Amino acid sequence: MSGHIHKDYTGAKFGMWLFLFTEVLLFGGLFILYSVYLARYPKEFISAGKELNVWFGGGNTLVLLTSSLFVAVSITALRRGAKRLCLGLLGATIACAAIFMLNKFFEWSAKIHHGIYPGSEHLKEMKHGEIVFFNLYYLTTGLHGIHVVIGALVLTWAMFLIKRDRVNANDWVILENAGLYWHLVDLIWIFIFPLYYLILH
Amino acid sequence: MSEQDVHIVPYKTFLMIWVALLILTGTTVAVAQFHFGAWNIWVALGIAILKSGLVVAVFMHMKYENRLFRLALFSALAILAIFIGLTFVDVLYR
Repeated sequence: MSGHIHKDYTGAKFGMWLFLFTEVLLFGGLFILYSVYLARYPKEFISAGKELNVWFGGGNTLVLLTSSLFVAVSITALRRGAKRLCLGLLGATIACAAIFMLNKFFEWSAKIHHGIYPGSEHLKEMKHGEIVFFNLYYLTTGLHGIHVVIGALVLTWAMFLIKRDRVNANDWVILENAGLYWHLVDLIWIFIFPLYYLILH
Repeated sequence: MSEQDVHIVPYKTFLMIWVALLILTGTTVAVAQFHFGAWNIWVALGIAILKSGLVVAVFMHMKYENRLFRLALFSALAILAIFIGLTFVDVLYR
């Protein structure tokens, strides 16, 4: 019985990168919206931006940067035969995702409690530039949050495959691709953080 | 070239990049506290680009990939830059 399964490590990884480029264009579009409206309403972006809490934003930045470290190290661990370390690190990455979403839950709850959310009466009374800022904030961070959840699910799936040795030191591209998706989630936040939380002047 | 020949990044390298990312994050928060006018956003963007460069090059392994990967990434970013550029050519002159 000839059971040769064709595998293409480079092709698999390149395919993932192509998908990541489409994600870059997706979020790129939202950042273009931001930049156009920042140019049009600079003062209002600043006044609206001051309503956001730099501790939530900064905290979540640290959480995602650390999660990227964990997932990157997990690949080296797997390739060096440290399977349990790999699984532990992936678990830690997923825990970081949960912490991120918990932070986001508290952050959004506080905002919504103060009447700042798309379509709210309070929002309608604000200056035009401020309305745009908050709408873009919810749209961009909301879409990003969905990606955090998807990334966590993809990593969980990778963990199952590793546990069953279907992803291993000889065939690890699935873990690498899952990691690439996760790093993209981190990358998008690396731009969201300064643009939404650090426009103070 | 078999995939086993692919370079394995040492733990320490990842750790050092992580520390650099933390330092850059602290820097961007610190700089944001000061009044640099229009420069504030460009410094913030510059630091963000630096951070993302580190993530792409090391965490995402791009530094060790073959040239095709870098060419593809460059093409995607060039297209995004054109997208931004043409948008502003329109919007700034209305």
